Amino acid sequence: MDVLACLKRVPETGAKIVLTEDQQDIDTTNLGFTMSPHEECGIEEAVQIAEETGGSATALTLGGEEAKEQVRTALAMQADDGVLLEKDGAEWDPQNVAAAIANYIEDRMAEDGFDLLVFGNESADAGNYQVGVRVAEQLDLPIVTSIKDLEVNEEAGTVTAEREVGGGSEVYELDLPAVVAVKEGLNEPRYASMRARMRARKQTVESVPVEKEHEAGLEKVRLETPEKDEGTAEILGEGPEAVPEIMRVLRELEVL
Amino acid sequence: MILTFVEHEAGVPEDTTLEALTFARDVADQTDSAIEAVVFGDEGPAVADEVGAYGVGAVHAVSHPDLDTYAPEAWGESVSQLVDELSPEAVIAPGSDRGHEVLAHTAAKRDLAMAANCLEVEAGDSYELTRQRWGGTLLEHARLSGETKLLSAAPNEISAEPADDGGEAAVQEFEPDLEESDLRVQISSIEESDEEGIPLGEARTVVSGGRGVGSPEGFDKLEELADLLDAAIGSSRAAVNEGWRSHDDQIGQTGTKISPKLYIPCGISGAVQHMVGCKGAENIMAINTDPEAAIIQKAEYAVIGDLHEVVPELNEAIREETGQ
Repeated sequence: MDVLACLKRVPETGAKIVLTEDQQDIDTTNLGFTMSPHEECGIEEAVQIAEETGGSATALTLGGEEAKEQVRTALAMQADDGVLLEKDGAEWDPQNVAAAIANYIEDRMAEDGFDLLVFGNESADAGNYQVGVRVAEQLDLPIVTSIKDLEVNEEAGTVTAEREVGGGSEVYELDLPAVVAVKEGLNEPRYASMRARMRARKQTVESVPVEKEHEAGLEKVRLETPEKDEGTAEILGEGPEAVPEIMRVLRELEVL
Repeated sequence: MILTFVEHEAGVPEDTTLEALTFARDVADQTDSAIEAVVFGDEGPAVADEVGAYGVGAVHAVSHPDLDTYAPEAWGESVSQLVDELSPEAVIAPGSDRGHEVLAHTAAKRDLAMAANCLEVEAGDSYELTRQRWGGTLLEHARLSGETKLLSAAPNEISAEPADDGGEAAVQEFEPDLEESDLRVQISSIEESDEEGIPLGEARTVVSGGRGVGSPEGFDKLEELADLLDAAIGSSRAAVNEGWRSHDDQIGQTGTKISPKLYIPCGISGAVQHMVGCKGAENIMAINTDPEAAIIQKAEYAVIGDLHEVVPELNEAIREETGQ
């Protein structure tokens, strides 16, 4: 089976998020980059399915030239091919992102195609919750989102997907080709070895230039860090000597 | 008119739906509009009894002979057909799995923009809105345009309040025109969880551990504390990545969101992604060696010390007091 998994390059934020002066982005001067956690599981799943079925796993992202770094991480995780839909300039709205990805897949579907498309349920940064669904709708493929368990049945040409709900899970069965939007916890992404990283650095990442199709219906105006009431913690003590004070608070909050 | 997507369990609206209705009412007040609701399943009348108090004037109860369980694309198509029929200025959904999934289908089918997890709206020709990014650690001011505005209300952020002038909601049946392809994705079965103990998301007290726990065995004393307090046990992403705990225990942006009365994070530094998962906690009591740790800044109570020394003594004290 041939699987395509999409990923997004996002900054590796720490304990505090600092914005750029124009409030348009996170100040990444001192930050590294990674891929969104849901998508890391998506890549791992694609690679596992490719390994089990003797097929291929392709990693795709939409971003600037620098996003090749995360595609190479996917290659180091044993994805076979990497694709960058290369745009320049500021962040795109989800409608334009989905259209560019769907257009590319449509072209590929006319050739060899994919059996399964894997998206992260939502990106770690923008969190728009819609790109996978929009791509599936444009390609007229079935999709299910919020998936934490996935099983492909190649012979039957189906995929079984589970979504966690309170007290259990909902099971969905989709005919292939299909689209799934997955969540972290789906699997344990492998650690890419130094050797794999070195090899991935030499692999070619196909670069396809893309343009916006239409005006953004959802436009970012500016970002803001929410105000927090910080530094108000009551210090109960240091080390085990704090235990009587802890007990007092437990009693006050009626958790004992 | 503002159309709100209602999620319910046997006719009782989910909390996130009541929040979305409260959010919708704020938008409706600004534009002097009515609020109506779309409900799937046979419980339309029961839902109408509940949502009238939130200012809903009419409930559109969607039914179709082939629609007997959750089917995201068919639901999205049905909402889209209701938009054709009713021409609402906006469709508002709760920021839940289903809310986002159904709304995204409607958005794609109608080629409309959609804004997820909104907190505030200033309604005009376009909507000037505030929405969550990074699970709520960052806010985005955005402009949403389009003939019909599609947006979801951020869950657990808006306090659900009935309307001052609430009343009765009328029930109107709606049968969508569905094709076979609309029904290709639907729930085929439901599996009950065999997990024991208190679910993390619902626990009243939560004890959790992070990198500072140091090993899988290090969690033994935290498990003991959780047992003594009838608490659920959680962990940070760092502890999951180390392989010490399963992802089911993870609290944070890509794990479980908790809202206990008391949260006791031990050896957790408090990265923003973790704080997103526990911001629903009423009280945080952090145990950490580093007085400068971010989690101390965000806690109500703090113990500066090594969890490996503090927790065993605490367990002993609780045992003495409660006779467990």
